[in-house]
Amino acid sequence: MTVARRIAIASPMGVAGETTAQVAVRGPSWDGRFTVLILFLPPALLLFTLFVVLPIGEAAWYSGFNWNGFGRPTNWIGFDNYRFVLETRAFWLALRNNGLIIAVSLAVQLPLALTLALMLAERFRGAVALRMLFFMPYILAEIATGLIFSFVYDGDYGLVASIWRTFGAEPPHLLASTDTAMLAVLIVIVWKYFGFHMMLFIAALQSLDKSLVEAARIDGATRSQALRHVVIPLLYPTIRLSVFFAIVGSLQLFDLVMPLTRGGPADSSNTMVSFLYNNGISRMRVGYGSAIGVILFVICVTFAFTYKRWFMRDE
Amino acid sequence: MSSAETTRAPFDPVVLFKAAFLAVVAIFVLVPLLATLLGGFKSLGELRVNPFGWPTHWEWQNYADILFSGRYWQLLRNSLIISTLTVTLTLITASMAAFTFAHVKFYGSSMLLSYLTLGLLFPAATAVLPLFIKVRDLGLLDTYFGVALPQVAFSLAMSVLLLRRFFRDIPHELLEAALVDGCSYIKFFRYVTLPLSRPILATVGTITFVNSWNAYLLPLVMLNTDALYPWPLGIMIYQGEYSSEWHLILAFITLTILPTIILFLLAQKHIVAGLTAGAVKG
Repeated sequence: MTVARRIAIASPMGVAGETTAQVAVRGPSWDGRFTVLILFLPPALLLFTLFVVLPIGEAAWYSGFNWNGFGRPTNWIGFDNYRFVLETRAFWLALRNNGLIIAVSLAVQLPLALTLALMLAERFRGAVALRMLFFMPYILAEIATGLIFSFVYDGDYGLVASIWRTFGAEPPHLLASTDTAMLAVLIVIVWKYFGFHMMLFIAALQSLDKSLVEAARIDGATRSQALRHVVIPLLYPTIRLSVFFAIVGSLQLFDLVMPLTRGGPADSSNTMVSFLYNNGISRMRVGYGSAIGVILFVICVTFAFTYKRWFMRDE
Repeated sequence: MSSAETTRAPFDPVVLFKAAFLAVVAIFVLVPLLATLLGGFKSLGELRVNPFGWPTHWEWQNYADILFSGRYWQLLRNSLIISTLTVTLTLITASMAAFTFAHVKFYGSSMLLSYLTLGLLFPAATAVLPLFIKVRDLGLLDTYFGVALPQVAFSLAMSVLLLRRFFRDIPHELLEAALVDGCSYIKFFRYVTLPLSRPILATVGTITFVNSWNAYLLPLVMLNTDALYPWPLGIMIYQGEYSSEWHLILAFITLTILPTIILFLLAQKHIVAGLTAGAVKG
């Protein structure tokens, strides 16, 4: 009791805890709670603060310096790093590419995932196997996926080249052209992630109240009417969640781009993170790279808060 | 589509369309994977003229060379060490924190929880430069912990949320009864909460493992020594060395994704549940 209890009462946290707690057992129980608090919380909080929160704060601080990471930052240049980033054409290209990824996720991947989910949520022989097959690309490492597709797209040995040759055409080097590199990356993104969104929808469909659909059918709704006016509206929360994941995923896409194009040629397939890597990290331009990081951070946080406020109020 | 047989005519156009659509998607998913697996069995010359088909001559040598090289096993060993460290530390720290948030009432509890969930809002990449400098200043650069600790920190938010939701469903009366009988919080955590929570621990563990096993950016930034590289780094270097000897690269890719696929087939339930419940990627 003694020492722990005295500390507990002396600290403001302890006092407040005493007054607000409604635990039936007092005395020994509070001792136990205090022990839990000082033993169980610090490891997580410490790690999180040290490796997640502090670095973000430091990124904001470092972004004011021209610094190569050695010694201490001394060359304060104010907001110049931000100006340099915003004046770089590659930055805007990367931002545009992230926009493209989001557009393709919404226009191609989401409808595809939803259609497949509606087909595969029904029970028939092979449905589970197909679900697993479609989900599989999602668990493969992005690096492996990128390498597999850099083979698929390879102008000499790849699958695409072979198809081209059977038609007697000169095979293109899809990843080496500024016109096609980003398109090629987008196809890989759909290949890799549609199964994940499909699974989200299947999970939602399976927990859906079937009686609502049956009621609509009894009232004379056709299959497609029941789908459009009952099932899809019931899926709106999942659709919003799927859109959220698609956008967040786009903003952190990096691993997939590296084996495919490294962001090239001529920055045409950079994402925000690969732009950050190519311009900040690989050249140890800490200030400049931190400025990109801070911009990305602001985009992510602004997006997450607005999206949650506007579209996901209930969750 | 066998359910169709009972209720519909065998050539119902809707069913046919569905089957055709599913087949096209299945081919779209399967062909790159199969071509990779089979490509590893071909010679470079055959790969060029026959990238799709069955190998005419099976070159077991490609796979054997990799399997008998120390390199492949070293990469897997490094990945396994880093992932195991990450999973163990995540499960320990996250379950302790989640237990506190779920069962101990204290001033500031909800504030601290929202503080932790800040971690869901942005990817590790945003702060990777300061993170590099922090890890360097701590002397952890080029060590397994230099990769594992930041990975733990970034997986904490999601893990604590998932675990806390589960822990809260353990009846509070159980805890109160145990406390009255003189059981401490810590004993309750150890002997009641954890054993009851195996499914969620497995789920959280699996997500964390898959994420860590596949991770590329953090090891890329934190490690400099080849001997410490996990497989995603190693395979990129391998590809750089054998730039257009695709038959070898394909064999290497197949062997490195094999553990993931085996794990997936063994732990499907946890992986699907975990990744669809907790993924921030997609």
